[in-house]
Amino acid sequence: MTLAAAPQVNTGDTAWLLAATALVLLMTPGLALFYGGMVRTKSVLNMLMMSFVSIALVTVVWLAVGYSLAFGDDIGGGLIGGLGHAGMAHITPGSVHGTVPTLLFATFQLTFAIITAALISGAVADRTKFAAWLVFVPVWTLLVYIPITHWVWGPGGWIATKLGALDFAGGLPVEITSGASGLALCLVLGPRLGFKKDAMRPHNLPMVILGAGLLWFGWFGFNAGSAFGANGLAAAAFLNTLAAGCTGLLGWLFVEQKRDGHPTTLGAASGAVAGLVAITPSCGTVSLLGALVVGLAAGVVCSYAVSWKFKLNYDDSLDVVGVHLVGGIIGTLLIGLFAEKAMTGAAVGLFYGGGLAPLGKQTLAVVVVAAYAFVVTYGLGKLLDKMMGFRASEEQEHTGLDLTVHAETAYDHGVLGHGAPVSHSVLTGTSTQKVSTQA
Amino acid sequence: MKLITAIVKPYRLDEVKTALQELGVRGLTVTEASGYGRQRGHTEVYRGAEYRVDLVPKVRIEVVVEDADADAVIDAVVRAARTGKIGDGKVWSVPVETVVRVRTGEHGPDAL
Repeated sequence: MTLAAAPQVNTGDTAWLLAATALVLLMTPGLALFYGGMVRTKSVLNMLMMSFVSIALVTVVWLAVGYSLAFGDDIGGGLIGGLGHAGMAHITPGSVHGTVPTLLFATFQLTFAIITAALISGAVADRTKFAAWLVFVPVWTLLVYIPITHWVWGPGGWIATKLGALDFAGGLPVEITSGASGLALCLVLGPRLGFKKDAMRPHNLPMVILGAGLLWFGWFGFNAGSAFGANGLAAAAFLNTLAAGCTGLLGWLFVEQKRDGHPTTLGAASGAVAGLVAITPSCGTVSLLGALVVGLAAGVVCSYAVSWKFKLNYDDSLDVVGVHLVGGIIGTLLIGLFAEKAMTGAAVGLFYGGGLAPLGKQTLAVVVVAAYAFVVTYGLGKLLDKMMGFRASEEQEHTGLDLTVHAETAYDHGVLGHGAPVSHSVLTGTSTQKVSTQA
Repeated sequence: MKLITAIVKPYRLDEVKTALQELGVRGLTVTEASGYGRQRGHTEVYRGAEYRVDLVPKVRIEVVVEDADADAVIDAVVRAARTGKIGDGKVWSVPVETVVRVRTGEHGPDAL
């Protein structure tokens, strides 16, 4: 009689995943700088805080029940996990998931939940009541992020096991979920005061580039870490992540040069992020050629998509919809075209002889996840707005949330200590469509 | 005496200063300013959204000189500040009734 081999921790895999987890956690402070640089001087600290506080809020929820509901044994037809591991019960330092300690797997997944919640803050910048955000983040994580994560990655999750759609590192739970939720929440809150009239120029573009750089750095942990091993698949995902970020950056700059006549710093940062968003679901399923195309498509399409808010009249302040929802959809759908057997082991996209079926599966997954995230977030936002008010007062918004909510200002502007420099410009329109003629 | 005020492009400030020193002007005051003339400001583009910036940065230079020197000073400022492109600025002069040096109490041209 031979005993089945007990699951073994692989030290190489564990070492890589420890590093990858730290890299992904760094993405959230990176996001804080990326977003912080894009808002006006008067609310940069509030913007940073919405990301930073999400680290603490989501961690507590995740350790209490989140991990168990997302990755515990399925209890409802692939819809949600059980509470068997609430409070990380029955998980010891010796527990093993695949070839890494279960505690490490749970922590790696936690960092994904953190940044997904933080991403939404970009849609509601400059006008959100901080107390409402403190309630929204944990409840949203429970109602939206955790079920979707279970569908896509959890044991028995219906998208992975029943539908068979592919998502390597989080196009569905992270990018599409945050983008659709951001759209819902900015509809609940309404546009900022002065939307489409006042200039709301990014106050610190070097900060935006620094944040985008930290995001990119962390993204290697996000994508290559999702191989859950120090192996060839991780290497391929790593290289795809670099390649797509680059073609995304170049694609966005190309559009700007053609459309506006200037390649901008904000465009370079945005294009890189758009490419990285799109390669997230596909980095472990497409070849290097596929990655280059995915990044380029995201850079070009997203640079047009960010102007939708002016045409459709919703104030997605920092373009969570234009970059994360649109980029996530592009990356998730293109798996249906570019998936390669050498990467996936089985599934093959349309361009490699797989027919239209993979594209259909990817499309269905996108529609269901986006619709669920949008509807539940909209309902939750409306409920919180009724119960406690979700939007800051007009006076707070006008004066700036830094001073009125946090009793701080980010910069000392001179001996008189006035925080807000005089604004003397007006929004005149977009290159793709003029939205206002105020001068 | 005349007060000569010049609004010029910030990067021409050093040339104007040098030209005035060569003429023997002993003091001047410089202030950061912003404004626009006939050509208005400029356009900035962020993620495809255009912003019209009407007030562009300028420097305001002020000197008080004796009546006889006023034309030469104005000429020197104009020559030093001119680039030939839009937004080069304006120079004007107004009469000054009196000037007092705070340290010594001297009045009139002696105070310059």
